[in-house]
Amino acid sequence: MRIIVNGNEQQITAHTSISALLETANIDPEQVVTELNGLIIAPEHYEETHLNNGDTIELIQFVGGG
Amino acid sequence: MSKQLIQICINERTLTVASGTLLRELQQLQCPDADLLIVNGYPCPVDQILADQDRIVMIRRGVAPEPQELEALMMARHTPGVHTKVKGARVGIAGAGGLGSAIAIALARTGIGFIKIADFDVVEPSNLNRQQYFIDQIGLPKVHALRANLQRINPLVTVDVYHGKITAQNMKDLFADVDILVEAFDAADQKAMLANTFLPTFPEKYLVAASGMAGYEPGNSIRTQKINEHFYLCGDNLTSAGPGCGLMAPRVGIAAHHQANAVLRLILGEDPATEG
Repeated sequence: MRIIVNGNEQQITAHTSISALLETANIDPEQVVTELNGLIIAPEHYEETHLNNGDTIELIQFVGGG
Repeated sequence: MSKQLIQICINERTLTVASGTLLRELQQLQCPDADLLIVNGYPCPVDQILADQDRIVMIRRGVAPEPQELEALMMARHTPGVHTKVKGARVGIAGAGGLGSAIAIALARTGIGFIKIADFDVVEPSNLNRQQYFIDQIGLPKVHALRANLQRINPLVTVDVYHGKITAQNMKDLFADVDILVEAFDAADQKAMLANTFLPTFPEKYLVAASGMAGYEPGNSIRTQKINEHFYLCGDNLTSAGPGCGLMAPRVGIAAHHQANAVLRLILGEDPATEG
């Protein structure tokens, strides 16, 4: 199925969880804000939240420094 | 025959005086103790006849003006209409390091009415390469040192501080009384924790966060990005602090002032990420 990740179309397998998506993209789940169809998903729900065809997901990764 | 009148501005107040009035006469009436007279931006050591629309500032060296006068003097360079809005604003700053200390100073100079700052750290010598503290403040809790500095800059700002760690648990109480929160942490996981907690807890408030401002890459790569209506992100999104890429005053300052300007734009009803 197809989803939009940070504005780019991406092909993923059905029932992919947010956790799996982050792992594939090599993103530390502790350093990201995940917005799924405009709603922020709490990190404790990454494992159980599965993506659907046509979903729009924004992954906002933080880097250290301040 | 009635005397002709002119209008002048003294210490940011408008005053009508008789045409031909001398600067020293005005000083005797308005501010006899002043030892520095500035007319239209230039110090004026000799007496002169005042002209219509002259702008005069009278200062006693080293003496703080009364609060009302100070406020008028400080806000004189603001665009009209800005002062009332910023005075009513309530802004939180999470973290008082390189970002937070610079943001707090910019907001205090702008005249933000209420600033709440939370941080657990103390001032260390290694902070002084970019953080807005002084050598004689080494060892002090940053929030206490910063409050003291802000009071010296603008005593009209109410500064509330919390010396301790900000957690997902205490955030609801800490920032319930602000309208806009600025994320000014150092660690990436703390930045994410704050955004992941604050945004769903307070959907009506605004968050201005920062990511990517280490090193000395071009300043132009730092920008303000809109994530959604209530969430803005300043930085280059890329350059993390680490071995070989330190945090330095210029770029941290650029990111901090992007954040401060985003706060100001939100207060004034402008979209922080809209360009020209």
